[in-house]
Amino acid sequence: MNEFYFNTKLDQTLLLGRTAKNIPELLEGVKEVPEASIYYHTHKFLHQHHFLSPEPPNDFSYWIAEVLNDAQLGEIMSSVDIIQFQSLEDLRSRFIEILSEQPHQERRTLLAPQGEEFHFMCSRTFVLRTPHVAHDLEEFTEVLKRVSVNSLYYHIFDAKLRLEKGENDFSRWFRDMGKPELAERVARLDPYTFTLEGLRSRIIRLVEQYGKN
Amino acid sequence: MVKIEDYAPIVGQAMVDELYLLAGRLEGKQIQNINSTAVGGGVAEILTRMIPLLTQLGVQARWDVIKGNEKFFTITKKFHNGLHGVSVDVGKDEYDAFLEVNRENAAAMDFGDIVFVHDPQPVALIERRKDLGRNWIWRCHIDFSKPNPEIWNFLQQFIEQYDSAVFSAPAFARKLAIPQVLISPSIDPLSEKNRDLPEDAIDSVFSRFGIDRSRPVITQISRFDYLKDPLGVIKAYKIAKKHADLQLVLAGGGATDDPEGPVIMQQVKEEADKDKDIFVLFLPPASDFEINALQRGSTVALQKSLKEGFGLTVSEALWKGKPTIASAVGGIPLQITHKYSGILTHSIDGTAYWIKQLIHEPQYAQRLGVNGREHIKNNFLITRHIKDYLLLFISLFRQEDIVYL
Repeated sequence: MNEFYFNTKLDQTLLLGRTAKNIPELLEGVKEVPEASIYYHTHKFLHQHHFLSPEPPNDFSYWIAEVLNDAQLGEIMSSVDIIQFQSLEDLRSRFIEILSEQPHQERRTLLAPQGEEFHFMCSRTFVLRTPHVAHDLEEFTEVLKRVSVNSLYYHIFDAKLRLEKGENDFSRWFRDMGKPELAERVARLDPYTFTLEGLRSRIIRLVEQYGKN
Repeated sequence: MVKIEDYAPIVGQAMVDELYLLAGRLEGKQIQNINSTAVGGGVAEILTRMIPLLTQLGVQARWDVIKGNEKFFTITKKFHNGLHGVSVDVGKDEYDAFLEVNRENAAAMDFGDIVFVHDPQPVALIERRKDLGRNWIWRCHIDFSKPNPEIWNFLQQFIEQYDSAVFSAPAFARKLAIPQVLISPSIDPLSEKNRDLPEDAIDSVFSRFGIDRSRPVITQISRFDYLKDPLGVIKAYKIAKKHADLQLVLAGGGATDDPEGPVIMQQVKEEADKDKDIFVLFLPPASDFEINALQRGSTVALQKSLKEGFGLTVSEALWKGKPTIASAVGGIPLQITHKYSGILTHSIDGTAYWIKQLIHEPQYAQRLGVNGREHIKNNFLITRHIKDYLLLFISLFRQEDIVYL
């Protein structure tokens, strides 16, 4: 029997006591903070504003654009396409690459106003098993309608990038259930361009459409 | 009494179920909150509401208050001001007296498994850790962005003996040898200040104060205090009023221990006397219903503070779906993301500009209000606060980045 156990996750935010007031300090921070901090600053917006679409950008780009008033560099940082990355270290390297590029070094003099420095933080994630289990696709859609957005978030976002499983948990299970097309369709979604409720509806529709084949 | 299940229609049953799952992981642990006052102030207010909810979730939670004499509280008031950046002078005898009161309390107290100490007054109870063990957390509720170095050094020696420290905003984090956790305060959607109100209740409050609900109303709810910048609000209102029909409501408590308070109040009154569309309302302490109605009946909410601890009035206004313009200070940027869930401003002119924009573009303003309410629902309600506390207690026993419970 191949069951799908729904987990949920809850995050604790830790303050690292480290700040940046300009691009060079931001770059140093991005190089040195723990991986869980890169995760936090690229996913916090998505988690806290999961009802907005398109979702606001990552913390680095928001701070560069809104606090340092550098719209160009802010846009370049916000256009980093997180779905393309298989690990947080790869994602970190891309941010370092952008911030180290020569044209952006000319912006070394831009200073955040006092009180609006960038504060580095990180996430600790607590994973819990919910009582919900699906034995087939019909049960899966029923449960998916009921679980919290935290559960959806865990199986889609954390599974792929944070736990480095290569793909989201749902696609893996669909493949095990002999539904490769459904698995592929869900794997190809860019979850960063949906609200979480929109993503939930989209996955349910895909299961209904491709689960029968 | 409010039941934890009463929050399910607001935040969803799944969220309440998750609180039960977390609470189950604390079976057998007694959590003891300790602060210095049973009534009055934000800490007592939140503990009064939170302890019964934790108990309903099955957590053994209790609350003790330390005893202190007048001298002790005079010293801790000095600490409080010094931690806010005010210049104060604390003598060695005062540090000694502070420690003595803490030691007397520690000797008489029966400690829980997890000792959760709130604010600086009881911080030195941690000296008992050497002979008792237990798990200890220190929770700072006050603005810590520019503390007096001498007082900070004195407190730091105790704080670093705790397992972890908790702050309300990122700017309050320090360089510390222990983990620092961010836990924002919260509002209770079922309290008198935030519960839903029928339209006729809102109407009755507006007519009682003579405010015309058929015309736009901008409102700032806060103490009449220099740091809340009521005169700056009036200036912004006057600039905006050149091009928009407006009424301004400034409502809040009057008395403060700010020496400039009476001067500011006098100036606010003088300005109000010159303009029949400015309403200055000095509300008594038990005015939660009136504040609720004033926020709900306003067109735009303002919080033009020069400095803030967290600024929970912003969450209160956003929870009511009000487009809100607030200064980017203290914890306000956590509550508002500029142009997504509200407007952050840095000046009187900027505030005036955005007042006009939101009055003239009600659809855009409404979208900010809808997003703002959703943001508060997800991040600043008491259920999120309970979740953060439960995770905090559980985290004492686990060190990994990703914890499988």
